[in-house]
Amino acid sequence: MQPAEQRDEVEMLWLMLLIRRFEERASQQYQAQKIGGFCHLYIGQEAVVTGAIAATRFDDYIITAYRDHAHALARGTSANACMAELFGKDTGCSRGLGGSMHFFDKEHHMYGGHAIVAAHVPLACGLAFACKYRSEDRVTLCFFGDGAINQGSFHEALNLAALFKLPVIFICENNLFAMGTSVERSTSLKQIIDRAEGYDIPSCVVDGMNFRHVRDTLSEVVESIRKDPHPAFVEARTYRYRGHSMSDPASYRTKEQLEQYRLDDPITRLRAQLTREGKLSNEKFDELDKEAKQIALESVKFAEQSDEPPLEKLYDYTYV
Amino acid sequence: MNMREITYRQALNEALAEELARDPNVFLMGEEVAEYKGAYKVSQGLLERFGPKRIIDTPISENGFAGLGVGAAMVGLRPIIEFMTFSFSFVAFDQVVNNAPNMLTMSGGQFNIPITFRGPNGPAHQLGATHSHATECLYANVPGLKVCTPATPRDAKGLLKTAVRDNNPVLVLESELLYSSKGMIEPAETELLIPLGEAEVKREGSDVTIVCYAQTVALALAVAEKLEDEDISAEVLDLRSIKPLDERAIYDSVAKTHRVVIVEQDRPFCGVGAEVCYRIQKNIFDQLDAPIGRVSQEDVPMPYNERLEKAVLPNAEKLIAAVKKACYA
Repeated sequence: MQPAEQRDEVEMLWLMLLIRRFEERASQQYQAQKIGGFCHLYIGQEAVVTGAIAATRFDDYIITAYRDHAHALARGTSANACMAELFGKDTGCSRGLGGSMHFFDKEHHMYGGHAIVAAHVPLACGLAFACKYRSEDRVTLCFFGDGAINQGSFHEALNLAALFKLPVIFICENNLFAMGTSVERSTSLKQIIDRAEGYDIPSCVVDGMNFRHVRDTLSEVVESIRKDPHPAFVEARTYRYRGHSMSDPASYRTKEQLEQYRLDDPITRLRAQLTREGKLSNEKFDELDKEAKQIALESVKFAEQSDEPPLEKLYDYTYV
Repeated sequence: MNMREITYRQALNEALAEELARDPNVFLMGEEVAEYKGAYKVSQGLLERFGPKRIIDTPISENGFAGLGVGAAMVGLRPIIEFMTFSFSFVAFDQVVNNAPNMLTMSGGQFNIPITFRGPNGPAHQLGATHSHATECLYANVPGLKVCTPATPRDAKGLLKTAVRDNNPVLVLESELLYSSKGMIEPAETELLIPLGEAEVKREGSDVTIVCYAQTVALALAVAEKLEDEDISAEVLDLRSIKPLDERAIYDSVAKTHRVVIVEQDRPFCGVGAEVCYRIQKNIFDQLDAPIGRVSQEDVPMPYNERLEKAVLPNAEKLIAAVKKACYA
């Protein structure tokens, strides 16, 4: 199995493009009412999951909250299976039974897609517990937003992880807002990593708009955990360009703030780095972007043409 | 076969030890399960035998360790999560009702959760409102969960062993008042597995069926004994599992006696008896010779005072009255 850290940066740039183009299509399809329920977009935050994936192996475990499309795509779930899930189709990664907030992909070690804020953080401890129980050197990546850190289950999970020395990395994707409530209005801390200090868990802050910074920092953390299992906490400072969900006009923040972050766009930044280093031509970038757009477009066609889950299977997934 | 007599507590302990010995994926986790040997001494000797890797003490953190169990089950471990009492499971309610039973559907069938949640359930003795909850009706309401309520040592062992082997989340609702009760059981070397969803006639009768489970089984048997003196022959049907519910056994008994009284340890409103009652009238209404009787708790938070607590709970007097009413005696 190829260690992901050896994966090519151009490939990871392509992955970020795929995530963005996929979600732009999802947004369009949501507005066209092809997608139901809630739909939370990740646009702007792409460097966080991509950097983390680049720092880990394919058999490491990953679990996240409801803003989960990118995490599945980054893990290798096909755009077709992701879009079909949004359309509620049988070919979706959760057979159309999960929806936007509940993407699962066992084959790619993607353990969801969890929509109750912080309820999956104890689950991450369980995944990591199983690895330790079986003396495996896998690491569990547990993603959540800044809104999760005030929930009881988060605190219980951090305490258990520290107590049992579980090989789990808690990655707080701090995009500054828990839905519409800013970190300042929700959290009684000057800095989020102080939460980890409260449980004696080593922590660090990464620039979540910078792919290389995320990857390099996470690589060090992962290496240390593989040698000696323990939890770690990483705050990735990032920004979502869109509202909390599709129905949110995001009137709680200023246009200026959004524009400021757009200047720091993770895709633009990695592109510039690679171009400067002579690793990427403009033509190659255009080609990658075109390919990403094409895959996103085709995923819509695939989803449209796929069948709905059969009605006669309604009772098939309650018990095994 | 040489049957022997053991306590309900010993029966559970045997079930745990046998399943831990059989399958290395099984582990026991909860508050005070290891060094303290269980708040009710159910896990006596297990730490010594299986070690701290598999018999794991947790902090008082129900949501955390219940969720840890669900996560471990996602990748194939088979956790047994002990709640010191199911009244504390409410702190972990989100994990038990939202994560454990929903995962299979939400993932389109990719992740089943082979987890057992166990511990004492239902009112004990003067523990007051927060510690006296009968949770069976709440959990039986959730698709994806299975719920069983053993009343005897034999059922406790057989049902717990089956629960651990089930590939779905199963709640084994024990009873604090039953831990020291004794009963006959097969020899230790006999593999005892009792299927979920199989009721048992604990006493044959012909005039009336008393449907009961958990703490109310002993009550029903005692009442049936008394009623014999008054020429009322009561059949005692122990549900053993609330979900899946053995409807066949209920209908068979009712078709024989034509009269039913349900005696349950939970509350009347949306309680287990309400569901059983609905199904009987829906499916075999013509077999009934009298309205279905029902004895449950009173619909109030549990008072501490002993006299008032007794007034809230089902008892022999209430059950006898209900049976006589059903029999027009």
